[in-house]
Amino acid sequence: MTAPTTEAEDAPAASWASVRGGAGDRIFSGAALLAGLSILAALAGVFIFLAIKGVTGFTKPAEVYGPHAESFVGYVVPLLVGTFTASIIALIIAVPLAFGIALVISHYAPRWIAAPVAYVIDLLAAVPSVVYGLWGAFYLAKKLVPMHQWLHDHLGPIPVIGHLFGEPSPAGRTLLTAGIVLAIMILPIITAITREVFSRTPRLHEEAALALGATRWEMVRMTVFPYARSGMVSAVMLGLGRALGETMAVTMVLSVGFDLSWNVLATSSPTSIAANIALKYKERSADLLNVLVATGLVLFLLTFLVNFLARWIVGRSERRMAR
Amino acid sequence: MSTLEEVSTRVHVSLVQPRLPRQAPAITGVIAVALGALMLVLGMGVVGAIVLAVVVYIVALPLWSLAIEGRRSATDRLMTALIWSAFGVAVVPLVSLVWRVVSKGAGRIDGTFLSYSFFKTQIDQPVGIYHAIIGTLLITLGATIISVPVGVMAAVYLVEYGKGNKLAKAITFLVDVMTGIPSIVAGLFAFALFTLIFGPAYVSGIGGSVALSLLMIPIVVRATEEMLMLVPDELREAAYALGTPKWKTIVRIVLPTALGGILTGITLAISRVIGETAPLLLIAGATDRTNMNLFDGAMTTLPVLIYGQNLRGDAPAEAIAWGAAFILIVIVMVLNLAARIVGKIFAPKKG
Repeated sequence: MTAPTTEAEDAPAASWASVRGGAGDRIFSGAALLAGLSILAALAGVFIFLAIKGVTGFTKPAEVYGPHAESFVGYVVPLLVGTFTASIIALIIAVPLAFGIALVISHYAPRWIAAPVAYVIDLLAAVPSVVYGLWGAFYLAKKLVPMHQWLHDHLGPIPVIGHLFGEPSPAGRTLLTAGIVLAIMILPIITAITREVFSRTPRLHEEAALALGATRWEMVRMTVFPYARSGMVSAVMLGLGRALGETMAVTMVLSVGFDLSWNVLATSSPTSIAANIALKYKERSADLLNVLVATGLVLFLLTFLVNFLARWIVGRSERRMAR
Repeated sequence: MSTLEEVSTRVHVSLVQPRLPRQAPAITGVIAVALGALMLVLGMGVVGAIVLAVVVYIVALPLWSLAIEGRRSATDRLMTALIWSAFGVAVVPLVSLVWRVVSKGAGRIDGTFLSYSFFKTQIDQPVGIYHAIIGTLLITLGATIISVPVGVMAAVYLVEYGKGNKLAKAITFLVDVMTGIPSIVAGLFAFALFTLIFGPAYVSGIGGSVALSLLMIPIVVRATEEMLMLVPDELREAAYALGTPKWKTIVRIVLPTALGGILTGITLAISRVIGETAPLLLIAGATDRTNMNLFDGAMTTLPVLIYGQNLRGDAPAEAIAWGAAFILIVIVMVLNLAARIVGKIFAPKKG
């Protein structure tokens, strides 16, 4: 390292040139590394603290689990059923809509429409969950009562599916309503990801299909969907992860009960894990809190697994595309 | 003569399939709308009429196409109609929700609503949500102060130092997974952490900040990371060539270049967590008084207040809930708008 030929006009400039890899560099890179590691620590911390606080919740005496269950398994299974039922209803509604909107944005709409459409969908994501809950509880639930009745009248008598549409609730605060609110909430994330992968389809593939005489839908089916398949799968998984953990919509919309039934229109249905925590945390009895944290740990592991799989599928396909 | 006629008929065999006129979708649309309007006049509900019009359009256009153009075009037209109506269906709840919040909430807003708290010192004192606005701002500020340095520095590590090593890959992956942590789990984490340290029945605003920052950090990391990767390598190389140490290159060259995008990302992250309810319910509690101290005692935020009013369920409580929801949505929208403006102002100058 030679000294600068011309003497620098001020001191900092001189130190810029002469102290390469000095203390500043070491401190800064150390700080950056620390920040990176703190993210790992935070994730580990979530698991560790939930485990410390919740581990006793798995094996409490029977009376802690309340009037409806005697063991942790008995307590958590109805909640899991509620969680998954609401999430699956949400997925059934949200996935086709999200794929449709993503196609509108990426392939169907001219650009001057596509940008505002994308912005409107992002606005859906910006609305706080508690406002969705308020809207669902005070407005949507009442509006859906006729639909509940219609579903019960027309689909109720069908042998197998009929069990899903039993006696409808007069207030409309059912698993189906909660699922619909959840669907609106997870729509933006599924749309955002699928839109991204749809628009990454190679232009040449699309043009080749069109040149061979394919209609626009055939072009989408033969070039866009195969190319985007793994992205679509992982978008659905991420939407599922969001729906599993969403708290307020279910808490505020659903009227809670513990009767395990397949009726998604019932007056009282098992609630979801997240909603159960939000509803019960106030009874700050130490035993019940441990149980709630334990159910939270179950939820954490569940969503972690779903998200992990989703990201893994994306990562794998990206590597395949790169090759 | 007869052979000539044969030839001329052969010549006129069309090489292209018959197509519907260009205005076919518009014509079908007008007919469908007219039918819907007719049913509306005849006493059908608004929702029913709209659904009918859409269904008529979705059925009629493909059938017409099937008769003239054939199966493949009919499928194409059907899918186009379905895909566009998917967008229409998604807009309905958004419009309904915004309309509901504005029509019910805007009327409740006045000077006293924004400047008084729930805590009454006199019998006839007006009720307001001042305490919740203060709580929301303080807790979100706390979360921002925690998340921004950690998030930005982590992104710096990922892009500038870790480029492609195993640790950086693991962190990137886990940040992605972390974006999916349910908010209630973040709340439980803060709850478990603080009650283990400070004993049971502990509530404070800072606990809420910790929970929110767990949700906010991954968003900040992702946004910053993307922006840093957009900074051209030529800038870095030019700085190195002048003998600038790496850290100074990052602080003076790379971060300022990406500043607009980073600020946009941070603002969007704030707007995402400011509406969180579940974690604050668990750890920040609720109170009727205005609490200015993040480190001591319960702190109400707007979402928690809305939830509490929803639980009470009587008419005045419902009005307060809609009013608070209106304020919350306004705050979120202003933040979103600010994010766009900030991004434009600080965007690196071209050329």
